[in-house]
Amino acid sequence: MIDFSKSSIDFLKGKYVAFITSIILILLSIGLVFLNGLNFGIDFKGGTLIEIETQNKIEISEVRSSLNSLSLGDIQVQEFGSDKNLLIRIEQQQGGDQIQQNVLEIVKQKLTSDITDTINFRRTEVVGPKVSGELIQSGTIAILVAVFAMLIYIWLRFEWQFSLGAVIALLHDVILTIGVFCLTQLEFNLPIIAAILTIVGYSMNDTVVVYDRVRENLRKFRSKEITSLLNLSINETLSRTIVTSVTTLLALVSLYIFGGEVIKGFTFAMIWGVLVGTYSSIFVAAPLLTYLDVKREWNTTTAVDSTK
Amino acid sequence: MLYFSRSKTALIVLSVLLGLLFAFPNFISQSKLDSFPNILPKQKVNLGLDLQGGSHLLLEVDTEAIIAERVENLNSDLRKLFKTNSINYINYKIVDDTLRFSSSEISREIESKILELSMSNSQNLLQMGDETNIVIDENNNNFQIYYSDKFKKQVIINAVSQSLEIVRRRIDELGTKEPSIQRQGESRIIIQLPGLDSPDRIKSLLGQTAKLTFQLVDTSVSYDPNNAKAPIGSEILPSDLDEEFKYIIKKRIMVGGENLVDAQPGFDPQTNEPIVSFRFDRIGAKKFGRATQSNIGKPFAIVLDGKVVSAPVIREAILGGSGQISGGFTSEEANDLAILLRAGALPAPLIILEERSVGPDLGADSISAGQNAAIIGFIAVIVFMVLIYRRFGLLADIALIINLILVLGVLSLFQATLTLPGIAGIILTIGMAVDANVLIFERIKEEIRNGSNMINSVQNGYKRALSTILDANITTLIAALILFFMASGPVRGFSITLAIGIFTSVFTAFTLTRFFISMSAKKLKPNFVGLKIDD
Repeated sequence: MIDFSKSSIDFLKGKYVAFITSIILILLSIGLVFLNGLNFGIDFKGGTLIEIETQNKIEISEVRSSLNSLSLGDIQVQEFGSDKNLLIRIEQQQGGDQIQQNVLEIVKQKLTSDITDTINFRRTEVVGPKVSGELIQSGTIAILVAVFAMLIYIWLRFEWQFSLGAVIALLHDVILTIGVFCLTQLEFNLPIIAAILTIVGYSMNDTVVVYDRVRENLRKFRSKEITSLLNLSINETLSRTIVTSVTTLLALVSLYIFGGEVIKGFTFAMIWGVLVGTYSSIFVAAPLLTYLDVKREWNTTTAVDSTK
Repeated sequence: MLYFSRSKTALIVLSVLLGLLFAFPNFISQSKLDSFPNILPKQKVNLGLDLQGGSHLLLEVDTEAIIAERVENLNSDLRKLFKTNSINYINYKIVDDTLRFSSSEISREIESKILELSMSNSQNLLQMGDETNIVIDENNNNFQIYYSDKFKKQVIINAVSQSLEIVRRRIDELGTKEPSIQRQGESRIIIQLPGLDSPDRIKSLLGQTAKLTFQLVDTSVSYDPNNAKAPIGSEILPSDLDEEFKYIIKKRIMVGGENLVDAQPGFDPQTNEPIVSFRFDRIGAKKFGRATQSNIGKPFAIVLDGKVVSAPVIREAILGGSGQISGGFTSEEANDLAILLRAGALPAPLIILEERSVGPDLGADSISAGQNAAIIGFIAVIVFMVLIYRRFGLLADIALIINLILVLGVLSLFQATLTLPGIAGIILTIGMAVDANVLIFERIKEEIRNGSNMINSVQNGYKRALSTILDANITTLIAALILFFMASGPVRGFSITLAIGIFTSVFTAFTLTRFFISMSAKKLKPNFVGLKIDD
């Protein structure tokens, strides 16, 4: 039986190592955004996406050369789960929403005549410039609103020091997630925004559990030195942190392996988010409190205090 | 904390049973389900288009075109008004939907006549309150005339409602199963077509405004490609079959498509060519009869969306109010044209902004992949929990199973749409739902370790874990809610299952597991529900 309940690991001893690692990773992520950029899917970039399936193996090069003759600009062809499934992405065409529609028709005809007439068009998506612009805007707003809502919620339930620490940890997680998408060049599409929002929720969830314990211990041990108090709190909640992370990861890894190609990017983001979120709750959110001068005289009945 | 009154117990059992009742249709085949009595709920989970296969189209009514058309009408009416009243004006131009000119001859009387122009233009649009539909700005004899914003808005609202109705009619004509056609925002229409993986035909049906008119051919001149200018009152229109071939058509409309009452595809009995036969209403028949009577021997044109479908010569007056259109159609084209004419013309072109189609086999693959992932993830979590918490883990596992049944029950009851990301949400719930119980168990362990007796430990464990559980779940719920309001389509399905999962997992932790523990506690085994503490 695994039990961390008696652990007394000095987590804060390594806080500088953790901070420096986190800062380097954040800087790397930001650098990658400018260097590599995100590989935006058609949700945000506009364009056409087609998933095809054939009875026999299809050569990617064959499909590519067939489509290149249409001169539709940048065309990406990649294997999708098996060598009988291909994913084709065609960049957005100049000239507005109506033009995008024609592309699909032309490509379907071309592939049917060039490759095989038994192509199964499993999925087709066409997103015009108007919608893609709106999606990128609402996606960004959603993440910002979520982070802001967390800031407010934690402020109301705890006090501003906690709220600040939690949001820094949160931004840490979001930035590292965007960074890993820049690094791997995995497609960044609408479901990834959903994944990031869930990461925001999950990471917060993890942080709140640790903070909750910190607050409780602050009331209990009024004169205890903050570093050891934080260590105590992290250790006390460590079992829970690990158990919940493991069960969540078990479910997500199962989804990643067995859930099919369509959902893979989404699941990858979530797995990453759970790992980063768990790390940041212990090594970022909690140690940050040593710098934030948390209040020691808690009112024992209510935690709502935003005046200080 | 551990005492459950009878009514409370009954409520818990009842809610679980209800969950089961609403979830169970999902495990039974449709044919068996049909044989059950009607008192039982029979609704299965409503599958999203990405799981059952189908097409999603997002259309936008071209509102700019509508306003531009209005402005054009106003423009021609205004010039006509100036002509009949012999008003001189200079610097006449149209800028940003505003008519601008300078004149010193605009009297009060003329101004009120200008205001009335909008009345004839707005047809059935009501005059809204004391505001006028047209605004006249005057400054040193420089005039600006434009439609008020309120009027424009009303025009757009009407046009979108009308478009919605016509889109619905056109799609209904095709007999697609359970289409969903909804307005989104001010000028958009979302169409969901389950089971249709290639919406090409629908797209082509919606791509036409289907404005049909009958106009006379201008025979006073013949078309000269080098001097492509039509006489005043006429316009040059291309042939439907050959863009290069042009007709000169009189602008005056004899009869329009709005006077049609029926259109049916058929075959010409002599040539066996596909045709569309149509019938006018009383007014249309009268107009058409009068026009043909006075133009015997002259050709007239049947114009569809600015293209001449055919231009037959009028041999005799057509008084019966019916006729036929032939124009080198295939039988499918004739069929589609009949549908379009029956459904009526769109007030403005529709632009397709987004299209997403999933074939039925991909949907089925996604469902089975999702099921596999859920089952395997579920087993992994269950085994892990038992390994870690032994009999407590078993309780958490029972709670998890009931939790999933409740999620399914709630989804079926409210007919929320389950999408592929929605399945991911359920699987995530499998992983995260145990959290509430984990928090409680860890607390109970701590209490026991601190020397409390069993019952006190359990009571305090629950009490202390409560605020943590609420805080932790509210944060995830906030994220889910934001996602729900910001997203649409499949991603929204994720936020739905995630949110339902949060509620059911908190519910099960605070009622079910507690209930189980309290039942065991009443029996008061010394090693309470098998919780093993190492020290």
